[in-house]
Amino acid sequence: MNKAVIEFSSRAENVSFARVAVAAFVSQLDFTLSELEELKVAVSEAVTNAIVHGYGNDPEQIVRLEIRVAENYLEIETIDTGRGIDDIAKALEPAYSTDPERMGLGFAFMQSFMDKLDVISEQGRGTRVKMVRKVRAPGRAAVREH
Amino acid sequence: MNYSIKKDKNCLLVAIFGEIDISITDSLREDIDRALDNYGSGQLVFDLGGVDFIDSSGLGVILGRYKKVAGKGGKVFLAGAKPQVKKVLELSGLFNLMEEYSTAAEVIDKIS
Ligand SMILES: Nc1ncnc2c1ncn2[C@@H]1O[C@H](COP(=O)(O)OP(=O)(O)OP(=O)(O)O)[C@@H](O)[C@H]1O
Ligand SMILES: [Mg+2]
Repeated sequence: MNKAVIEFSSRAENVSFARVAVAAFVSQLDFTLSELEELKVAVSEAVTNAIVHGYGNDPEQIVRLEIRVAENYLEIETIDTGRGIDDIAKALEPAYSTDPERMGLGFAFMQSFMDKLDVISEQGRGTRVKMVRKVRAPGRAAVREH
Repeated sequence: MNYSIKKDKNCLLVAIFGEIDISITDSLREDIDRALDNYGSGQLVFDLGGVDFIDSSGLGVILGRYKKVAGKGGKVFLAGAKPQVKKVLELSGLFNLMEEYSTAAEVIDKIS
């Protein structure tokens, strides 16, 4: 298992940093360009949610991103210590949003572009969103197990 | 500048470049709304030919403008989306509301 942990301020301009960081770290895996584009959307959604909903756009908070790469899969966990989600099942429904200006598609994209999505949240404590994506074309193993 | 907004013939043309995420959506939304109020255009064209990335925050801006324009009887067109952008637009269902064209020039020719 090869890991990277990044903590950054909850600022809008850091969402693109998070996408680039993940793309760079997973370059050791055999993802195609179009798979990388999908990963970037999933990361963007998770990090944007942490900033916008978790922290209510307060730029002084910290978003933590944990990236774990194994031989044939990738795990990305986005962690905020913000307000938390009241009703996770409802939040995961496509087109559900607590903000009328938003489409409510963030979780739907995370679900379509990743193989597994786990959301753990506690009101007033924060939210952890864990996403797993398998490497579809196993070729050169990125990280060898010893 | 990550986008340009101008009146072209009888429509408002919004050309966006680079990546559309929350770092630009607030100003993009405000600037388009101001232009719509000033020009009162009933036809809004998004030229996405220069866009490399879009997420749901960007889609929210497009849908919000669609509601505004369509509410007054106008139309919104999406032009030039690259494959990765198109995939996200398709999943979102926005193509069911707005017509898709391969270039902005083609839309403008057609509607003017
Ligand atoms: N990290 C978080 N902290 C608190 N609430 C969250 C968090 N992530 C998501 N939510 C809640 O879950 C809802 C659904 O999230 P989702 O990303 O699917 O849609 P959205 O963010 O509202 O809209 P979009 O992603 O389309 O811009 C949000 O409206 C919000 O209420
Ligand atoms: Mg979201």
